[in-house]
Amino acid sequence: MSSSSDEDESYKMYKDRPEWNDVKSVPQDDGPAPVVQIAYSEKFKDVFDYFRAVMAMNEKSERALELTGSAIELNPANYTVWHYRREVLKALKKDIAVEMKFLSQIIMEQQKNYQVWHHRRALVEWSQDFSEELDFTADIISRDQKNYHAWQHRQWVIQEFEQWDGELDFIDKLLEQDVRNNSAWNERYFVIEHTTGFTDEVVKREIEYAIKKINLATKNESAWSYLRGVLQDKGLTWSKSLCDQIHSWRGEGLRSPHLAAFLLDMFDEDLEKKKCDVNKTMDKVRSLCKELAEDTDTVRRKYWNFVLQRMTKEYEVK
Amino acid sequence: MDWLEKGDGDMKLNDDEGLATYSSIEQEGVEHNVMKKFKDFEELMDIQPEIFLTRDRHIDYLLKGLNMLSKSYECLDASRPWLCYWIVHSLNLLEEEIPGVMKSRICKFLGKCQHPKGGFGGGPGQIAHLAPTYAAVNCLSCLQTEEAYNTINRNTLLEFLWRMRQADGSFTMHDDGETDTRSIYCAVSAASLTGLLNEDLELFNNSVQWLVRCQTYEGGMGGCPGAEAHGGYTFCGYAALVILDHYKLVDTDRMLRWVTNKQMKMEGGFQGRTNKLVDACYSFWQGGLLPLIHNTLEQEGGVEGEVAEAQETWLYDQMALQHYVLHCCQCSFGGLIDKPGKSRDYYHTCYALSGLSSSQHCPNNHAIHVGPKTNVLVAVHPAYNLTYDSVQKAMHHFGNLPLPSQ
Repeated sequence: MSSSSDEDESYKMYKDRPEWNDVKSVPQDDGPAPVVQIAYSEKFKDVFDYFRAVMAMNEKSERALELTGSAIELNPANYTVWHYRREVLKALKKDIAVEMKFLSQIIMEQQKNYQVWHHRRALVEWSQDFSEELDFTADIISRDQKNYHAWQHRQWVIQEFEQWDGELDFIDKLLEQDVRNNSAWNERYFVIEHTTGFTDEVVKREIEYAIKKINLATKNESAWSYLRGVLQDKGLTWSKSLCDQIHSWRGEGLRSPHLAAFLLDMFDEDLEKKKCDVNKTMDKVRSLCKELAEDTDTVRRKYWNFVLQRMTKEYEVK
Repeated sequence: MDWLEKGDGDMKLNDDEGLATYSSIEQEGVEHNVMKKFKDFEELMDIQPEIFLTRDRHIDYLLKGLNMLSKSYECLDASRPWLCYWIVHSLNLLEEEIPGVMKSRICKFLGKCQHPKGGFGGGPGQIAHLAPTYAAVNCLSCLQTEEAYNTINRNTLLEFLWRMRQADGSFTMHDDGETDTRSIYCAVSAASLTGLLNEDLELFNNSVQWLVRCQTYEGGMGGCPGAEAHGGYTFCGYAALVILDHYKLVDTDRMLRWVTNKQMKMEGGFQGRTNKLVDACYSFWQGGLLPLIHNTLEQEGGVEGEVAEAQETWLYDQMALQHYVLHCCQCSFGGLIDKPGKSRDYYHTCYALSGLSSSQHCPNNHAIHVGPKTNVLVAVHPAYNLTYDSVQKAMHHFGNLPLPSQ
């Protein structure tokens, strides 16, 4: 679909199109003294005046379909138009593949719009044809690695049609390009959660994976959150080799606040399980909180002070 | 700029640790622009020691938009109740009185946006959608007049909400529309303000469980179960749970850890997702979570509750956030922006001001403010993002009305 402009000489206003002669356009009823009035162009007013007329008549024809196309071009966020377009497509039993081609071009131009992505999902639901979806979302993601709609649509397709194979590889490639891509990390968790689950074997593997990635950029929050995430059920102190790695990193003098926070949470676990000397551990806790609040993570000093107060009350006062 | 020099100094700036990726390059670009703003101010401090919220300019921008908007707003033609709410709420925050005649005009216009089958659409003649419904109810609550309250057809509103409800507890945004975390919040908020929420209401029966599934391993919430933790969706999900009184089902610790980590150490503002960029609108979506979490911790009691109660401020750096909004996000022609280099719009104006307000008012009602006292805005109710007056008056008005029969 070519994007027409006000200067496009071949564009004719609907009021000047003979095939629309029979329709009386319906102006917008904002009331006598409206607010937030938009200075619509003549072209915009014309298209929507005719759209209102068509909706009032409930006309589901080819020309109505074309009209919705014009309206979408002028305001792709008008969900009423998209809704009506779907009704027309159904009534005319239009070829979904053709509609998908039309839609794909629009999505390329409007990658962050809710309505276009919802329309895509509706089409896939009708046709049950998901064959292009992984490639399409991969393409969008290659242009904008964190496009929320693209990832959400991709997750829906993968889950709905059980297309889990190859997704971990896809994620690996993205993380090789940018280890800080949090959308990719989130996808990794999603895939594992719905396939193998976080079994002992899988958790061990994922710990190794996270450690490798952390070594590339120790201040990368995504990798640390992921590490925490895979150990959600087992606890942060579950893996001895991980504990050793944590202490080893500290020994090397790594200043990442995420490392200090992880160690802090490990101490919290030890204290909760009564697996350690309370006084010695609380001394270390105090020292870590001080390091974070006053030195390496000062913007979060209120939070670290809260954590310290809480742990003190919980473990020392008792 | 002492907050920039405190503690780790250099560590405030992004350290890509020798591995530059798209994320780190983008971040460094933003830090460069933000640092320039802070330094520009520092250089002029002898002449102008204080940073002002340029109230008058923002008010002019808001009043202008309340009346007329340029052709570039055609893209928001399906969001006009939002424009009403963003503008009216911002004026409320700035304590700018809206004349009765204008209030009446707004009521009548929103009435035109109301659909005969219930709920409000993005403009006259558009089908109803939960987002403009939320915005219209909020805006009418801001106006605090009988005419405003009477504009809402509660009967059809309830019918609309029921139509949007899905079996699994989620809500679609409109007839055959998309489902995500926003919709439940919009429905809960509108129902709550108009006195439609009561113990017998089964409307939100499974919604709580659906929302809880939206919390990810990171601690924030996504647009739907499985989706990445995101500030906007987290606010919607959590505020809905607070209004429904089911906030305890969330892993509060994890959420608190996540949201505090979203405050940018150099810029002072918040990012929406991990490893993404600061944006002034998250001053509210993210910053506004902390008062809600504080309330949860207090209610939950125990050691956490006691410690929470003893806090005089929220658990984030409120002053750093205010510095970001005031130094970096005010457009010199009025209105506020996402970050330096971006254009102003009414959405960012609303949420930057809302976030600023939230950061100025502490748990025990005392205010802390960067710049003169005149920078202090009216306080907002953290779950609705309306002034407390607006919430109370609406609930009082509708609370006295009988429930529509279902």
